[in-house]
Amino acid sequence: MRCRKCGASAVFNMRHHKLALCATHYPEWFVRQTSRAIDKYKMFTPDEHILVAVSGGKDSLALWDVLLQLGYHADGLYIDLGIHGDRNYSAHSREKALTFAEGHPEARLVIVDIPERYGESIAEVAQRKRGGERPCSVCGLVKRHEMNRIALEGGYDVLATGHNLDDEAAVLFGNVLHWQSGYLVRQGPVLPADGEGLARKVKPFCRFYERETAAYTLIQGIDYIYEECPFAEGATSLKHKAILTQMDHDAPGTKLHFYLNFLRAKEEGLFCELEEDRALLHPCESCGQPTTAPHLCAFCRLWRAHDAH
Amino acid sequence: MHVTYRNKTWEFDETMFVQQLLKRLDLLPESVLVVRNGTLVTEDQRLLPEDEVKIVAVVSGG
Repeated sequence: MRCRKCGASAVFNMRHHKLALCATHYPEWFVRQTSRAIDKYKMFTPDEHILVAVSGGKDSLALWDVLLQLGYHADGLYIDLGIHGDRNYSAHSREKALTFAEGHPEARLVIVDIPERYGESIAEVAQRKRGGERPCSVCGLVKRHEMNRIALEGGYDVLATGHNLDDEAAVLFGNVLHWQSGYLVRQGPVLPADGEGLARKVKPFCRFYERETAAYTLIQGIDYIYEECPFAEGATSLKHKAILTQMDHDAPGTKLHFYLNFLRAKEEGLFCELEEDRALLHPCESCGQPTTAPHLCAFCRLWRAHDAH
Repeated sequence: MHVTYRNKTWEFDETMFVQQLLKRLDLLPESVLVVRNGTLVTEDQRLLPEDEVKIVAVVSGG
């Protein structure tokens, strides 16, 4: 297989784009496509300060790398969740984020250590609150809260995450299976800021297949954590990803069309927010972040119970 | 050829294409990347018995 640009031996082939590229032209294509997505969805401008949520995985490190290459002012945020497992997952992923940051002195890496700051790891708080149930929902809640907190406290204009097309298509698939109209309305490459205290969130990689971000990190020599979070095993979203990947294998481009046609349909008004879905937000009495709960937000309720023990 | 994937290893003595290797291991080409002697390769590439092959899973998240 030959590179379409220069005719050299290709290292990566994208059947859905009918495009094979070499080790020089693939990263160039990848960076250019990211830039186009940022412009198309009006994610941010060159003057704005970006906080990139970095997990130590391929997507977030690739995103941070590309944004810096494009000349954006982008700092990283790593949240240490205190996940151990057989391979000391958090320590290992934190090390990857730190190594990347060391190689990019122009950017800053903010680290939030959850057990250190709040007294319990994700698994411990999930055990106490939900009796050992899979801690993924607690993890999501903690990450969302902390990402928003750091973005606001640090004066960042926007929070960028490394969600890729496979992530977005799997979420869309799950939301469609259950006709979660409220979630469908809010799913997209940009979640606008809310004057009440929610930072703008963007997903510049939402049109890249997971395989494309992995290929970029490998070609660029970015060291990332290969292992999965030990709690991810058996997760529904992974099952949905597998189904969609099989469909894409049989008909290349299925995932991309599924997601892009959803965005188009949304733009044309297929989904609209119902009055009853429009949550009334007010500041949490403890942390000040927006919540629909009467007094404390769900995040503060997690730790308040811990304080009382 | 020495092949590794998710903490598992295989040895193959014969020459084969990347596509054939993935089929033999029952892997979808869309869910992995194949690295031969440290370099990413496409499915039409030939793998030789002396090659060191690493298959990288691309799925993440939960």
